[in-house]
Amino acid sequence: MNLLTLYRRELAAYLVSPFGYIIACAFLLFTGRFFHFALVQTQSADVMNEVLGVMDVFSMILVPMITMRLIAEERKSGTLEMLVTAPVTDVEIVASKFGASLTYFILLVAPTGLYVELLRRHGPPDLGAVAAGYLGLVLIASVFLSIGIFVSACSRNQVVAGIVTFVILLLVWMLGLSASQFPEWAVPVVRYVAFFPHFEPFRKGLVDSRDLVYFLSVTGLALFGTVRVLELRRWRG
Amino acid sequence: MIDVDHITKRFAGVTAVEDASFAVAKGEILGFLGPNGAGKTTTMRILSAYFPPTSGRCTVAGFDVVRDSLEVRRRVGYMPENVPLYPEMRVSEYLYYRARLKGVARRDRRPRFERVVEQCALQEVKDRVIGQLSKGYRQRVGIADACIADPPVLILDEPTIGLDPNQIRETRGLIKGLAHAHTVILSTHILPEVEMTCTRAAVIHRGRIMAVDTTERLTRGLSGGRRVVGELVGAPTGVESKLRAAAGGGTVSARARDGFTEFSVECAGEADPRAEVFRCAAANGWTLRELRFERRTLEEVFAQITRREEGALTPDPSPGGRGERKEPAA
Repeated sequence: MNLLTLYRRELAAYLVSPFGYIIACAFLLFTGRFFHFALVQTQSADVMNEVLGVMDVFSMILVPMITMRLIAEERKSGTLEMLVTAPVTDVEIVASKFGASLTYFILLVAPTGLYVELLRRHGPPDLGAVAAGYLGLVLIASVFLSIGIFVSACSRNQVVAGIVTFVILLLVWMLGLSASQFPEWAVPVVRYVAFFPHFEPFRKGLVDSRDLVYFLSVTGLALFGTVRVLELRRWRG
Repeated sequence: MIDVDHITKRFAGVTAVEDASFAVAKGEILGFLGPNGAGKTTTMRILSAYFPPTSGRCTVAGFDVVRDSLEVRRRVGYMPENVPLYPEMRVSEYLYYRARLKGVARRDRRPRFERVVEQCALQEVKDRVIGQLSKGYRQRVGIADACIADPPVLILDEPTIGLDPNQIRETRGLIKGLAHAHTVILSTHILPEVEMTCTRAAVIHRGRIMAVDTTERLTRGLSGGRRVVGELVGAPTGVESKLRAAAGGGTVSARARDGFTEFSVECAGEADPRAEVFRCAAANGWTLRELRFERRTLEEVFAQITRREEGALTPDPSPGGRGERKEPAA
């Protein structure tokens, strides 16, 4: 009940702000342009594989913008004090913010379903692989969002929160890209820690439980950390 | 209703509240009185279960603020200083949202909403976006929010700060009206406000509660007596000695001003020397044009209490050093 009330307010905050629509426009413009470009280049119905890869990199830039204000702004304006002195638990607060940001992300991505529909009309795309790719995109976005919310909880300046989130995501991304540069024994570790090696199989249509476990546990860990940071006020003051 | 038992709150190296104890009975309005940084906000945050005290116990409506924090939060309507609100929401949206959040049953929401809108005079702005409201209306939305779930306890941090005189009067009236059904704690550094709205006052200075009493007892008891002041036309001689004889001792002072003489007679305890002063003036042929009791204001009492404290302690090198923290660093 509380969760639903909080979730509705958080989601409404995205939907009433012009910023939410600006992000959506930028995202769709960029992915649409890339979809056109890739389609012309490859002349293949399986172009979504490429498009999903790009959406994934682009969401690394978008997610900090989606999450940066979530807790930092409430802390700065003092509304966090109103929130935590209402009869709601810290878990409910964090869960509602995560749920709303994930819903917003899904709404952002949903119109790209049109691309799939276009492909379906003109050729036979591998719908299973596309579905797996979208699942992977939502999962990796959960990881990004939960990290963003965690950073937002640590700062009272939303711009700082956004930049730090982006830097963290970028570093882990580069870690994945440069995995082969590491000493041999470290390569599997690096490849396990980095986000993208876990996303690759999804794009190919492969839903591996190890990758599911990775995404869900990183998300869970970051959200758990967020709850702890909110609780810090009780001890540090 | 509220029981505070030897609570202390320390932030890294800073003691914001030290060994505070007091109780508030049902239906009372307790005013927290103290300069900025005295520990008012910290105490209120502990009472509203924002953070726990470092040591000591504190119960609201029979529930411990640390162990039964959710139960306490269900029973407290808290308005933080500066009334933080979501600027993008409409007043009605916000109040309905807070009512849902505070667990007001679906069928009660509309009547509760209409009640607080009426109490806080929000009819004109209930469909406006909060971000566009004036300070006075935002303050009233904050009070409406605190009242929306009809909690037995209201905790209002600086409810009249930043308002114009008319709004201050309205807000005071509103709070007084609420006291019949609620127990109210409010904080202020405006002394007359406590005299006007509160049944009791707690004077806080540097994190310590210096005195808790009814406002009358505070102004009378602590200052040790009253004072009669008056004016005589012209500048007669021997005013001081004659008045001293008439009033039966005590401190008498008189000063000749431009065309009149000002005098004051300190009197011990409950003594009332006004009649003696009048007779003395009549006997000496003075023209008395003013004679009145001057009650000590809470302001004087406050200055006295805090000065006494400062004299007793070695002065703190940093005046803001013991200040309340506005926001926990995290």
